[in-house]
Amino acid sequence: GCPQGPRPVTSVLALAVTSEQIEHLHRRFKQLSQDQLTIRKENFDSIPDLEFNPIRGKIVHAFFDKRNLRQESDGLADEINFEDFLTIMSYFRPIEMNMDEEQLDRFRKEKLKFLFHMYDSDHDGKITLQEYRNVVEELLSGNPHLEKESARSIADGAMMEAASICVGQMGPDQVYEGITFEDFLKMWQGIDIETKMHVRFLNVDTIAHCY
Amino acid sequence: LDYQHVQVPFEITLWIMLASLAKIGFHLYNKLPSVVPESCLLIFVGLIMGGIIYGLNDRSPPVMDSDIFFLYLLPPIVLDAGYFMPSRPFFENIGTILLYAVVGTIWNVFGIGFSLYGICQVKAFRLQDVSLLHNLLFGSLIAAVDPVAVLAVFEEIHVNEKLHILVFGESLLNDAVTVVLYKLFRSFCEMPTIKSVDVFAGVGKFFVVGLGGVLVGLSFGFTAAFTTRFTKDIRVIEPLFVFLYSYLSYLTAEMFHLSGIVAIISCAMGMKRYVEANISLKSHTTVKYFMKMWSSVSDTLIFIFLGVSTIGENHEWNWPYICFTVIFCLIWRALGVLVLTFFVNRFHVNTITSKDQFIIAYGGLRGAICFSLVFLLPDFHRKKLFIAATTVVILFTVFIQGMTIRPLVDLLAVKRKRESAPTVGEQIHIRFLDHLLAGIEDISGHWGQYYWKDKLEYFNSKYLQKILLREYDQPKSSIVLLYEKLERKHAMELAQAGQLGHSPAQPPFLSSDRTVITDQKLEDTLNPAVLDNIQEILARNLYRIRRTGPAYNRHTLPGDSEPAEQAKEILILRHKSL
Repeated sequence: GCPQGPRPVTSVLALAVTSEQIEHLHRRFKQLSQDQLTIRKENFDSIPDLEFNPIRGKIVHAFFDKRNLRQESDGLADEINFEDFLTIMSYFRPIEMNMDEEQLDRFRKEKLKFLFHMYDSDHDGKITLQEYRNVVEELLSGNPHLEKESARSIADGAMMEAASICVGQMGPDQVYEGITFEDFLKMWQGIDIETKMHVRFLNVDTIAHCY
Repeated sequence: LDYQHVQVPFEITLWIMLASLAKIGFHLYNKLPSVVPESCLLIFVGLIMGGIIYGLNDRSPPVMDSDIFFLYLLPPIVLDAGYFMPSRPFFENIGTILLYAVVGTIWNVFGIGFSLYGICQVKAFRLQDVSLLHNLLFGSLIAAVDPVAVLAVFEEIHVNEKLHILVFGESLLNDAVTVVLYKLFRSFCEMPTIKSVDVFAGVGKFFVVGLGGVLVGLSFGFTAAFTTRFTKDIRVIEPLFVFLYSYLSYLTAEMFHLSGIVAIISCAMGMKRYVEANISLKSHTTVKYFMKMWSSVSDTLIFIFLGVSTIGENHEWNWPYICFTVIFCLIWRALGVLVLTFFVNRFHVNTITSKDQFIIAYGGLRGAICFSLVFLLPDFHRKKLFIAATTVVILFTVFIQGMTIRPLVDLLAVKRKRESAPTVGEQIHIRFLDHLLAGIEDISGHWGQYYWKDKLEYFNSKYLQKILLREYDQPKSSIVLLYEKLERKHAMELAQAGQLGHSPAQPPFLSSDRTVITDQKLEDTLNPAVLDNIQEILARNLYRIRRTGPAYNRHTLPGDSEPAEQAKEILILRHKSL
């Protein structure tokens, strides 16, 4: 092995991430932070491929969102250390073979909570129509020929669908405030997120050199 | 009476007529196709026909000529399969599919070959003159799973998408391995001595055959896309290009001894996106209809000929050999699937359950490809034995496995295809997840599946689309397509319910920024300007809406209502709301 830098405190986190993966991520963290102890939002600008990602803003935002960092307070952090970085990454770990029903359920809810926070940008616990429109606009922003009007009507349509899934038939005076987390869970029922939402950290040897 | 003059086309047409009439006959009696798969019924009809011909002429009925099969009957089916292959699940599972197709087939070939050689050593069976090489040759043609048979059976049982794509993808891609091994062993049979250099050459050949097939297919595919860029003024012959280029890719690959099936599949998958953007709506419908029609006819003819060829004096019925062949096929397939799945589940998160494994193993049907390959064997004194064994294996798998797979699927409660309607929300979420995962992979410095997919999309939009698409307005994302489709469906439902004078009943109210969207607002979204916009987008790109939804069904086409009707409906909608 190679000489290691200062080891981060990882005993706090109940991660099923191997020590190999932690080392790999630590090296990546050091690369991003330019050998500092914390990263700020600006550090993410140094990743060239991220430029073309339409939801880049939301992804970077998610790293600094205090709700994802399991801190009691709300709002955005200014900078995150390696422990926080690892916490965010842990949302993307793959499922294990020996999980039982309850663990799987909790696992799934965790991942969906992360996604929910990404949709719900004003942190009020509901995805409102405006926030949904915002998401669709960002997703379709790569296509310069699409008008804003179309993106808005798509979001409206999707919201109506969500309303019909979550609340069913509504009377003419009923108001649908927004998608709560329970409704969000219902919407994602058809998609098996436990298997889809993970990143495989398998090839440690691509960054096998030490620095 | 000048029968000689018209004999060949007349007889061909009569056979096709018989096949189609038989098909009508099955569907008249509703219960039958659900119990007995169509392929069985067709073979049965073939058997009867063969019996009649034998009885009348007192000589063997015409055996299906291998050339006819490989050059005329097989390409339409494979083209249809490749063109309508759902690319997302295919590429998500491509690793597993390749593993089954390549390693699994090799395992089966050597397993079956060696065990049959072992059987031949037993003195009582009088089989000692069948050498090891002959057995391996036989193994190479009987081991491969047949796409025609798999398609015919699996499309009636509607298992979940992943399972379907695994079995189906495997049956298509194992052609490369089959071609190499078959030709290799055949050439070994004729060579006096075999050096290890020849074996290594064989291995190298496999890569050449597979990758060469892909290259040939892709080059023809992109040429086809490029050609359709210029067909704006001669819409009538547009569909022809799709078929011509695909068929050429198949023939070219066969000419160079590469895998024709892999070539035609790559051609279809490569050109689909661009061709569909370039050709008109009517051409698109034509392409779809003709593809389905041809593949249906081919399919039917193959099974009928299979039945006809069974009757006759082509067989040597050595029952021990035949029975052991069947047994070994089953055993080695089951073992192969077990072992490979064990490895797959170690490295993959999306595991394949044991029920799935059983269906994969049980769904390894053999079909007409084996049959044609056995007739192509060089004439040696035991050829008839192999023909008999192949016939029995095919009949066994198609009849017994084909008929029992449906009750087994029900019994084991295998996960079925999700029948729920597609929602725009789901598309949005899936897209969001794609981008999110690509972003996370970029951040963590890991070049994974999403990274490469992203890179491919980037390359596509920067270079390929500019060259291959006629109007470079970026094609719609799947979200927009699905939304437009559902919007039209909704508009049609409204038109039919006669609720267009006023806003639709029970609209849910959405609260945005503390202002409530009332009936008034919804009335606005139906206003002529917006509707005009939607109408224009739809009219330009109507055919693309059909893309979503599973399309690997032999009998029906996705999306059956008339586009002209729907455009008319939307006009009515407009007029009524004004």
